Amino acid sequence: MSDANVARAGAQPNAAAPPAGEARLQVRALGKHFGAVQALSDVDLDLPAGQVTALCGDNGAGKTVLTKCIAGIFQADQGQILWEGKPVHIRSPRDAAHLGIETVYQDLALADNLDIVQNMFLARERLRGGLLDEDAMERDAAETLASLRVTTVRSIRQPVGSLSGGQRQSVAVAKAVMWNSKLVLLDEPTAALGVVQTKMVLDLVRRLRDRGLAVMVISHNLNDVFEVADRIAVLYLGRMVIQDAASAFDRQRVVQYMTSGGTNGSG
Amino acid sequence: MARVEVPELPPDPTAATKVAELEVPPEIVAQTLGEYLRAWAARVRAGDSGVLPVIAGLAVITVVFQAISPHHVFLSALNLVNLLQQSAVFMVLAMAEGFVLLLGEIDLSVGYVAAVGGVIGVQLVQPATTRWPWWAAVVAALLACALIGAAQGTLITRLKLPSFVVTLAGFLIFNGVVLILLLLGPFSGYPSLLGDDTNRQVLYHLMWGTIDPLAGWIGMIVIVAGLGLALWLRDTRRRRSGLVAPPLGLTLLKIVLMAIVGLTVVAICNINRANIGTVAGVPWVIPIVLAVLGAWTVLLQRTSFGRYVYAIGGNPEAARRAGIKLASIRTWAFVICSFTAGIGGLLYASYLGGMSNNVNGGQLVLYAVAAAVIGGTSLFGGRGKVMHGALGGLVIGGIYNGMYLLGLDVQWQFIVTGLVLLSAVTIDALSRRGATTGSVAHV
Repeated sequence: MSDANVARAGAQPNAAAPPAGEARLQVRALGKHFGAVQALSDVDLDLPAGQVTALCGDNGAGKTVLTKCIAGIFQADQGQILWEGKPVHIRSPRDAAHLGIETVYQDLALADNLDIVQNMFLARERLRGGLLDEDAMERDAAETLASLRVTTVRSIRQPVGSLSGGQRQSVAVAKAVMWNSKLVLLDEPTAALGVVQTKMVLDLVRRLRDRGLAVMVISHNLNDVFEVADRIAVLYLGRMVIQDAASAFDRQRVVQYMTSGGTNGSG
Repeated sequence: MARVEVPELPPDPTAATKVAELEVPPEIVAQTLGEYLRAWAARVRAGDSGVLPVIAGLAVITVVFQAISPHHVFLSALNLVNLLQQSAVFMVLAMAEGFVLLLGEIDLSVGYVAAVGGVIGVQLVQPATTRWPWWAAVVAALLACALIGAAQGTLITRLKLPSFVVTLAGFLIFNGVVLILLLLGPFSGYPSLLGDDTNRQVLYHLMWGTIDPLAGWIGMIVIVAGLGLALWLRDTRRRRSGLVAPPLGLTLLKIVLMAIVGLTVVAICNINRANIGTVAGVPWVIPIVLAVLGAWTVLLQRTSFGRYVYAIGGNPEAARRAGIKLASIRTWAFVICSFTAGIGGLLYASYLGGMSNNVNGGQLVLYAVAAAVIGGTSLFGGRGKVMHGALGGLVIGGIYNGMYLLGLDVQWQFIVTGLVLLSAVTIDALSRRGATTGSVAHV
């Protein structure tokens, strides 16, 4: 399976153009305010299958709020979310998980005292006769990790607290894709990681895309964005100022959109 | 799972790998018993000693008290059985406390909640008043304790009050409740379990009744063989299907140790320990404590509920985002804590042969927390096993018993127990600081 992935990854250039219309998740005219503060207004966003969309924006641009609206933690005040073309209401993380949307939060996803298997199956334990079926869980977790080629951990039974930052992030991502998820939202997946570890996580993100998942990466780090993204979307003061194929951007242009909303918002 | 090098990545910096190696439990990476022992020794040197301090503590207590107790009575059959009976109460209360400690909470009321359970049991079986059958009295006592746990747990989780304060209030309230319950009936505040009617006899025999020596041997062999076989089958199955499993030698070592402990305990209990006549046999309290230990170990290690308790103790935010209902799990942990305290209270009443206002619930709760922490349960949540409470309870029982033999006054018992608690907490805090990853610290 992993060989096929490599072949596909080679054949698929980073700059694949977004297909017309059929994005897996479509956000339409979304608005969200907290008291008098309008955090998001009239936001559109497409997250197509088999592509990595980078969501960029300066602090306070509304990246986190938008992510939480998709993940079911916040509910939008206006607008619509379409899942595979149908309007949906995502009221809780459970609803999101039910649709196949998984979110990997920076640093908040794993319990350090539990081992890798226990974390990957947390709150979705497999049972047999009312008791935990450790063997089945361990086998499935090992399979998922192997298919994502997360193979640097010494033992699948070591506590997550003993893993490196990159390994932790890899386990968190593997946990997210374990459940036949179709869209994975990654919040700053490479923040606080070293060069080698960053590469490890970005490779993993590419493998998710090659499996046909829709992936959204929230990142400040333009190096990572250009390394991994097929599409780039930029938020500025709660508005989506542009979204387009990554090949349509260069670094300077992205920075311009992030800091000033661009010259004339063509998104 | 063996380490596989990924071709496109340079290997991890060796220094980082070495640090991480120390934190990996040796049993999951070692292939042979020798490797296991070496990995374990490395872990102990790095400050992560597991149950070692408790075992060492028990050894020190045994040697010291055997050497200095008058006529070297510490290791006599009479005293060892007495020690097990005294420790039983601390063990059960420590196992109770363990549930809330795992969540990073604390329950200061366990001592008096236990006393409430004890008084209810003793009062209800009195032939002069209520005349309840013993089983109904036991059920009523445990139910009352569980309800207390539900009430305290609800206040803590739904109103988000600190457990420290809620259970401190509970400490006072249930101290008062015990005094009220004691004064009911014509017993001048001293309802007793001494008497020849069946119901009082049964409660009295929870602690003092003995199992026929032959039945004791058979029971012990059945338990050890059953557990040993289950352990053996599980480990060989996992080893055969390529899952993480301890080396064969370690599995055997565990089974042999279990057999040695079983044989020793039954052999000692079956020695005639009376000065006049015959008193021999395993006290009923030992299988009762083992039942609590077994049931709660299964609950914590092998069910989703137990997994959630650990997850909440380790990282409540991760647990919440995974979809675990924190409030309900926490409340249930308080219910189980108080319920188990009720069992401890009934054993305590049985030990005393009745209840009186001499019950020192404050001392009991401190012993319970001390026993859990000495055993290796972390005060910071997420780390510890039911077994730790049981082992810690034995240490506390040993100290208590030894100082009693020396004729030391109660003030010295307090001071020594306090010092032991202090050193256990220090080890706990230091071993946390030694950990390379800064896990979420919360109290």
